[in-house]
Amino acid sequence: MRIGIDVGGTNTDAALIDGRTVLAETKTATTEDVTSGIADALAALRAAAGHDPASVQGVMIGTTHFVNALVEGRDLAPTAAVRLGLPATRALPPMSGWPERLVRAVRGRSYLCHGGHEIDGRTISPLRRDELERAAEDIRRRGLRAVAVSSVYSPVNAEFEIEAAEILGALLPGVTISLSHLIGRMGLLERENATVVNAALGELAVRICAGLGATVAAAGIDAPLYLSQNDGTLMDVEHARRFPVSTFASGPTNSMRGAAFLSGSGDCAVVDVGGTTTDVGMLRNGFPHEAGTEISVAGIRTNFRMPDVLSIGLGGGSRVRTDPLRIGPDSVGYRLTREALVFGGDTLTCTDVAVAAGMADIGDARLVRGLDPELVAVVRERIGESIGAAVDRVRTSGATTTVVAVGGGSILVPDTLAGVGRVHRPEHHATANAIGAATAQIGGEVDRMCSVGPGQRQRLLDEAKQEAVGKAVAAGAAPGSVQIVDVDEVPLAYLPGNATRIRVKAAGDLVLTG
Amino acid sequence: MPRELPIDDLPDLARGAALLGAGGGGDPYIGLLLVRAELERGATITLLDPDEVDDDALVVASAFMGAPTVVIEKIPGGDEPVQALRSLERHLGRAADAIIPMECGGLNSMIPLLVAARTGLPMVDGDGMGRAFPELQMETFGVYGVSGSPIAICNERGHTALLDTGPDNHSMEWYARAVTVRMGGVAYIAEYPMTGAQVKRTAIPGTSSLALALGRVIRLAHDEHRDPFEALAGCLATTIYRFGHSLLEGKVVDVERRSADGFVRGSARIATFDGGRTVELTFQNEHLMAREGGRLLAVAPDLITVLDAETAFPITTEALRYGQRVRIFVIGTPEIMRTPEALAVFGPRAFGLDADWTPVEELVRIR
Repeated sequence: MRIGIDVGGTNTDAALIDGRTVLAETKTATTEDVTSGIADALAALRAAAGHDPASVQGVMIGTTHFVNALVEGRDLAPTAAVRLGLPATRALPPMSGWPERLVRAVRGRSYLCHGGHEIDGRTISPLRRDELERAAEDIRRRGLRAVAVSSVYSPVNAEFEIEAAEILGALLPGVTISLSHLIGRMGLLERENATVVNAALGELAVRICAGLGATVAAAGIDAPLYLSQNDGTLMDVEHARRFPVSTFASGPTNSMRGAAFLSGSGDCAVVDVGGTTTDVGMLRNGFPHEAGTEISVAGIRTNFRMPDVLSIGLGGGSRVRTDPLRIGPDSVGYRLTREALVFGGDTLTCTDVAVAAGMADIGDARLVRGLDPELVAVVRERIGESIGAAVDRVRTSGATTTVVAVGGGSILVPDTLAGVGRVHRPEHHATANAIGAATAQIGGEVDRMCSVGPGQRQRLLDEAKQEAVGKAVAAGAAPGSVQIVDVDEVPLAYLPGNATRIRVKAAGDLVLTG
Repeated sequence: MPRELPIDDLPDLARGAALLGAGGGGDPYIGLLLVRAELERGATITLLDPDEVDDDALVVASAFMGAPTVVIEKIPGGDEPVQALRSLERHLGRAADAIIPMECGGLNSMIPLLVAARTGLPMVDGDGMGRAFPELQMETFGVYGVSGSPIAICNERGHTALLDTGPDNHSMEWYARAVTVRMGGVAYIAEYPMTGAQVKRTAIPGTSSLALALGRVIRLAHDEHRDPFEALAGCLATTIYRFGHSLLEGKVVDVERRSADGFVRGSARIATFDGGRTVELTFQNEHLMAREGGRLLAVAPDLITVLDAETAFPITTEALRYGQRVRIFVIGTPEIMRTPEALAVFGPRAFGLDADWTPVEELVRIR
């Protein structure tokens, strides 16, 4: 038996699964501290299923908490971006091309310093301790609490990032430092963007991750705990604490894989409506369509491999403003049960509209009786239009598409989307992302420098693949289920022996014991 | 008429330039950010058609050279291409009246715009490659008698090299490449100083406008749910390129790259989803040749492009990754690039390929 938990901005969903059978599912409110909501979910699940907690073999948690924080521009630590590369790179300082709103949200400050490497391994310029000391002084004076360090060609040679982190870390105790070579690939701006976001989320990650293990243990569960990451594979809590950005696309990935699991439909559009956002993506052969070109998260360009998902700021907790009419993009989130009208609050949300329209039975329907029926009709229509337009944008042809709606907020999706097609809601649809998390795979990765002699490439690649498969199996994957999911080669030009950095990732179904 | 380039046209221009890059020339995105920053600061860019340039005007080609994979990591300081132009002007003892792109494909669609924005000089709507090519002598300017040198080569340290190889454009490329490698794999150049009359005779006209039109077609097809590949073919049919065709849709199953002599060379294999057909692409910064088994499907100078299978957004050779779903789309070249003189400079054998050029529209018809 395994438990999948999805922590959304509004609801915490949980599912208990045995093999392919969903034994129980629950939906509870996400709490401000996240962990007490997980405790509630585990208690609710136990009440529903009556299982012995000791028989649980694994707990998999997926959370959109971090990406929601970025989308909404909240809970972000004021962050400094320190780039090592002068006199190169001056034309485009860190956070070039970012939406102004998010630069303000992270109170982003850029520090261009000397350093960086050339492609042939020489340094662009030596690291200057005095520049870093001045940057640290300014960072301290401004009260910035996180630092992202990027250096030109750090995926090839990380020495300057590591050295700068030591200098900055000594001068700035308690400040979170993220290093770009641990986060992204070649492509300075994209790697740096992801690193700045990771640093800005560092404090939130520490808060969230600190409580997870204790919460699960307190529920009487003695089993490994995993978080799901962008590519649909699992990572341990310590890794998640250091790399919250790795969870960014886990919500959409989990809900799409959960939708495939539940609907048995491998080819469809998946509309996942949560409390804060709606994610729309295409499923092909049971796997999310991966973006072929660059990926923007909240308008910030990154170079992760992520499913091609369109996210709009619309969910059950989205605020509805009436003058002029505007839905979202901000959400009351986990405060839904305090602030929404149906819960006695004074904020009009999409959930209130759904209850007033008789589409949902949540809270106290009497509290929304006074809503103007015309307003309710217009908001419903507007929601249908937004979701229809989103499906329209991700689908691959003008032909009718099967739409599978999942997630707690899917009550907002009309039964038919104009110009798109009919909407299906499979059984257990409300907890599809928890089910997707529970059924996520476990991966193994190889990252090494090789000297590739003539005719050796295929053998070296095969060895790396074998090793990645071996690591996935060692991490708990069923041997027959392991597939290679990513291969990346970075040739290091002009170096003797055609030196190449080879990265291979394999993933397979997790086998649980105990 | 001379016309101003609106800031809102930049994304379409960049997308179309990426397509004309034929997999190479580098992702124009960084160039787009550089040019946009200038226009946001209040700079303007004036475009001229080749026939609007005075016959005795001095026109200089502007570009970066080197490995595109370096540019996405070692972003420019910003002054390099202007310093190269100023350095060449000092050497010539004369100020330029206009600049012209060396290469309309890839990042080099944007570098001359950056120079135009920073200097106020107009930019000619046309270029010397009609796509992206890996070497400096592979330009219609040189094919039809213009000397590439003197050339000024500049890097982010403000270091400049000036080379004069007389009319020998191959030697210019050879020495300039060595300097570029020593400068860290990427440098910024001003070259092919020429008269307005020479521009009219040797440039491929209207290629910035073409990039803009193709980029717009891809975007509009996507927004309106029309087949972007059909839309591209339709758009190309009305241009001097005349021909565009979808060769194969499939998944990237292997990418091999190696850097040598300042270039990224390699190959990629793309297999249909049922695995029934596999096309092998050979690239040297740009895609040069597409083959299935031993059979030739398309070869340079015709354009071989790899586009996202869903959106038709171009994917550069450096961004090609295992598992991507893509469409191989081929484009014919204009007549000015198909003469015996032109093929001697940028036909298949100029790339060391053991193949003769056959027009892509004929190779497609043979199938």
